[in-house]
Amino acid sequence: MNLEIPKKFSPIVHQARQVAQEVFRPISRKYDRAEHAYPKELDMFASIMDGMNEGAPDGGAGAGKLARSGGNGNDGNRNGTNMKTVLGLTELCWGDVGLALSIPRQGLGNSAIAAVANEEQLNRLGDTWAAMAITEPGAGSDSAAIRTTATESGDHYIINGEKIYVTAGERANAVVVWASLDRNKGRAAIKSFVVEKGTPGMTVERLEKKLGIRASDTAAIRFENCRVPKENLLGDPEISVDKGFAGAMQTFDNTRPVVAGMAIGVARAALERTREIVERAGIDLSYQPQTWTQSAVTRELHLLEAELEAARLLTLRAAWMADNGLPNSKEASMAKAKAGRVGNAITLRCVELCGSLGYGETELLEKWARDSKILDIFEGTQQIQLLIIARRLLGKSSAELK
Amino acid sequence: MTRDPIGLALSMMNRLAANPLLDRFGLRTATERTAYHGTRVGFRTIALAGREFKRVANWLPQKRLPGKSAPALFDLTLDDDQQMIVDSLHRLARDTLRPAAAEADEAGALPADVFDATAELGLTLYAVPAEFGGVAETRSPVTSVLIAEQLAWGDMGLAIALLAPFSVAQAITQWGTGEQQSRYLPAFCEEHPPVATIAIDEPRALFDPLNLSTIAESTANGYRLNGRKNGVVLGAQSDLLLVAATLNGRPRLFIVESGTDGMDHTADPTMGLRAAQPVTLTLSNVEVSADALLGDDDFDYQAFLNLGALLRCGLAIGTSQAVLDYVIPYCNERVAFGEPISNRQSVAFMISNLAIEADSMRMLAWRAASRAETEQSFHREASLARLLCSEKAMEIGTNGVQLLGGHGFVKEHPVERWYRDLRSVATHTGGVHA
Repeated sequence: MNLEIPKKFSPIVHQARQVAQEVFRPISRKYDRAEHAYPKELDMFASIMDGMNEGAPDGGAGAGKLARSGGNGNDGNRNGTNMKTVLGLTELCWGDVGLALSIPRQGLGNSAIAAVANEEQLNRLGDTWAAMAITEPGAGSDSAAIRTTATESGDHYIINGEKIYVTAGERANAVVVWASLDRNKGRAAIKSFVVEKGTPGMTVERLEKKLGIRASDTAAIRFENCRVPKENLLGDPEISVDKGFAGAMQTFDNTRPVVAGMAIGVARAALERTREIVERAGIDLSYQPQTWTQSAVTRELHLLEAELEAARLLTLRAAWMADNGLPNSKEASMAKAKAGRVGNAITLRCVELCGSLGYGETELLEKWARDSKILDIFEGTQQIQLLIIARRLLGKSSAELK
Repeated sequence: MTRDPIGLALSMMNRLAANPLLDRFGLRTATERTAYHGTRVGFRTIALAGREFKRVANWLPQKRLPGKSAPALFDLTLDDDQQMIVDSLHRLARDTLRPAAAEADEAGALPADVFDATAELGLTLYAVPAEFGGVAETRSPVTSVLIAEQLAWGDMGLAIALLAPFSVAQAITQWGTGEQQSRYLPAFCEEHPPVATIAIDEPRALFDPLNLSTIAESTANGYRLNGRKNGVVLGAQSDLLLVAATLNGRPRLFIVESGTDGMDHTADPTMGLRAAQPVTLTLSNVEVSADALLGDDDFDYQAFLNLGALLRCGLAIGTSQAVLDYVIPYCNERVAFGEPISNRQSVAFMISNLAIEADSMRMLAWRAASRAETEQSFHREASLARLLCSEKAMEIGTNGVQLLGGHGFVKEHPVERWYRDLRSVATHTGGVHA
């Protein structure tokens, strides 16, 4: 048994930490204020990052290569891409969540491609910067209820519908769109399609103004008779009741631990900064057996740290299971649920503990408290995670436990 | 407190209600008394202490178990030995502890056959190095945590009683001098190992294990101990006690054998852990020899407490897992408004959270233990694990009862006992050492 980060990931963690510290932190407040301004610093950095990724044996710190490792071979215990990606994103989000989401070619849309694409598609589309378009005005967590359709027409599909909350939807080179081949056939008919930027019929309607992660653009996109080549349907075009929707959903088993890692990163940033501020105020934060005579802030910070550690270890467990080809749906949701809520709670409490200093814009604490909220919402809300966990624990179908 | 007329009247009524004449004239239903005596029948509790430990003339040199080497990769799989121990202790917990738990709680006593069944498995052998008759080759806090987890899944009160001797053996292996190890450890490898315990807690609010009121003074021949300890599991049955006391301003542990003059114990029943027979221990001018001081220069009280915290986390995790394993079938079978209550999100989400927090506790405890096992620093990790377990164990206990509703409140189901037992995770320091 070993619950430490393996040494082989030290370089990638160090690299991501340097990026977070030297690239993200200095421009963090600037792009929080200048919402929708393109962080041009990221272009140069993205090329460097591509280079880093090429050089790293398991790929770099981004989510772009996340996926179907889990070759459950005879080579014993593996620590692979899933764990590495969690670690990388944790560090990047220690720097800035919004900027981490805006790194070209490293987004979660790419992990959707990596998860369900066939070999040909992987070669053709693997290096495209792809955003993910699932949510609709009338369908959020209930992704089986989406109304966007894809109709067969010769060697194309024609896509019609409206998508919202598309992270990097304007900046990315392509959008992975979830649409139904046949709305009468339920969730099995939902497939994902890669729509490249500039395809006629695809329009970015507006960019949202948000509570947090303002450096990341969140687009609303309209598809009107948008023609997409047939070979851009990711995975199997057959409508199979057995594995259709499940196939689309399996992306989440790999991406949820990564989003959990993001929550851990921003929470750790807040906790570290708060410790500095509180220690400067003369409080002893050394680890002692908890007594009820120690100061309230000491106990609170230790408890927050324990919660953060729990989230971190649950997340590493989920990633480790994915790396070893073990079914991890329940554990991925446990990690996301725990990290999402404690990440948010920690950043909010840190603002509170630092008082008006924490609430003001001279510190980044108030920003982190705004940024963290989305991490308990996207890639499956807290409530959706609890639902998934409960269904697994109780052996219930989605019809029984709604 | 001043008494007013209503208070006086109530007090008189109370005394009347307790009057045995009521019973003599058959004015009270007899049923309420039979229940208590019924449980005593066929119940054999472990015998009182009385074993002697002979000084050994040719004692072996001090033995410290080496740490294991840290694996290169993150890995949550148990090794073959750990899996084997977990499997056999799970069987013991399921077949022996769980069936005995309710009665042992009611009787407030550790049944002798449970103690014997555990001794048969040779639990204490895992705490003792081969030189002294045991089977331990390396330090193994992870295995200790796994053992506590399994036993406490059966019952926490029984588990802590069974683990007290194991913990004393662990502590003497970890901290004892060569003389102390030679004198005490072989006994733990015999067919009938001694009963032993660790006394740290003291009966006062805001207790801090780093600031002990129990005092040790140096004397011409050794030390003199004065003070009070409470919540001492198996305190009356133990042949051997490790007692924490302040010596020259620093906390230390003293090995005290039962029957030493000046030791007195009174039963001190608690909210839970009743099978472990907690007592209050009074030490009045207890004289012990110079070699009763546990360990020498390498003794680290903080690490001693940390290793105790790890085992307590193991107990918390085991009982929390028991709650989870119990509420799942219960909520699936319990029907209200025409369907299982687990079809409701408000119920189902409580169960999800129960699982999340039980695993949170487990991950923190495992990490701290695996660091201890591989001789890495683990003070921070053990502190955080203990804090989280103190916080979450009770949350799980109270939600376990809540999920069963009224059925959770009655003794027909074990969750009310688990509720009482889980409260101890945050209140107790003594009795355990990984």
